[in-house]
Amino acid sequence: MPFLTTNYANPSSIYTEGREVRAAIDAARVQVASAINAKPEEITFTSGGTESDNLGIKGIALARKEKSGHIITTTVEHHAVTHTVDYLEEMGFDVSFLPVNKFGQVEMETLEKEIRKDTFLISAVYGNNEIGTIQDMKDIVRIAHKHDVLVHTDAVQAVAKIPIDVKDLGVDLLSLSGHKIYGPKGIGALYARKGLKLAPVQHGGGHERNLRSGTENVAGAIGLGKAMEIGKAGLGTDIPRVRAMRDKLIKGMLAEVEESYLNGHPEKRLPHNAHFRFSYIEGEALLLNLDMMGIIASTGSACSSKSLKASHVLLAIGLTPEQAHGSLRLTLGKGNTDEDIDTALEAVPKVVKKLRAMSPLGHKGGK
Amino acid sequence: MYSEKVMDHFMNPRNVGEMKDADGIGEVGNPTCGDLMKIFIKVKGNVITDIKFQTFGCGAAIATSSMVTELAKGKTLDDALKLTRKDVADELDGLPPIKMHCSNLAADALKAAIEDYRKKKT
Repeated sequence: MPFLTTNYANPSSIYTEGREVRAAIDAARVQVASAINAKPEEITFTSGGTESDNLGIKGIALARKEKSGHIITTTVEHHAVTHTVDYLEEMGFDVSFLPVNKFGQVEMETLEKEIRKDTFLISAVYGNNEIGTIQDMKDIVRIAHKHDVLVHTDAVQAVAKIPIDVKDLGVDLLSLSGHKIYGPKGIGALYARKGLKLAPVQHGGGHERNLRSGTENVAGAIGLGKAMEIGKAGLGTDIPRVRAMRDKLIKGMLAEVEESYLNGHPEKRLPHNAHFRFSYIEGEALLLNLDMMGIIASTGSACSSKSLKASHVLLAIGLTPEQAHGSLRLTLGKGNTDEDIDTALEAVPKVVKKLRAMSPLGHKGGK
Repeated sequence: MYSEKVMDHFMNPRNVGEMKDADGIGEVGNPTCGDLMKIFIKVKGNVITDIKFQTFGCGAAIATSSMVTELAKGKTLDDALKLTRKDVADELDGLPPIKMHCSNLAADALKAAIEDYRKKKT
């Protein structure tokens, strides 16, 4: 707070207040680094997950002498990755989008086949933001490194939900964001393994070891540092409780509602994510009804998207647009209680039943 | 994003359900997103005496279906045929622009039901 209210000094200045700010940023960098077992100098503060993805991917691509080569990513990435590689493709790089299996996971055989002589980077989301599936990151890294290919992962959703140790995982670059872990919005970080050569995306006064120019978001960095520290501690306390509530929600929902399905992987999934599909109904209608009952959810239905297209992730795991229609994502946080789960288990089946009674497709009434 | 009227028709839709002895049935769908609307009519002496709908779709799709059944009930077939998508949206105090095309199919479903009735009669 003092850095928003009383100390307005520039961390690049050498007067006392400036040095205080510099020390605060350095301490935050240590907090972020130690939460993922990285070295402080491997952490670059950014404006969030999107910028981290941009810096990680473009940084590696544009640092190459020859402005060409092959990048592999998946069909279930966040747009921050998809649109970044689309841009690089326009600039002359080759890009492949790896298909995933019905759980949303990359299969190693498919990955290895896709690697070419000029492949230099694989970018794969660690924990999927929609369906919650966790990739077998160690396997991806093992195969990539066997072929001298670097690995970037968007871990925005995975940080503070599952333990992350960059040295153990072996990834070369990892993106994270503040606001997904109860930290401030407008701050994120990129882990880049020591020794990697990255080109800056933003040029200027040479901040962040010349990787990301621009006066630092001091309060944001401090907030992120603290959030990472709390988040890591919560892996042993909050997360097991969240996981137990989530498991109860999934089990209860599948038992209560006929023709309901779980999207994503049954076990390898983020502990706070439940993603369902209900036949014969549409997600936006479901969402609006639940909102009236005080339950906030989201859907991959085309009807609720600006583009009127179904979620690319749901289509990538093999759902038809009609099936994607009936999708519902419920995510839990440490503020949720067992009572909330009971409320959801009462409300969702009721709304599903109401909407099915209106639907001209198949199922009539019943559960 | 939705008007109060849309929310009212969506949360408390009028004339929902299947009609077993319908005189005409109209079904329209939106192939891109998968929305589906079905309208059933009962006709006596050229007047729509009863009407029901079933819809698989978003809030706007359900609200427009509900509204079109209210507008068409009691109208002669010729008058009902004059109902346009715009009439339905206007009666609901408007729809979000993006929903005007994709979810505003109820007037089309009503037309299809009337055409089905006329075809069956001849």
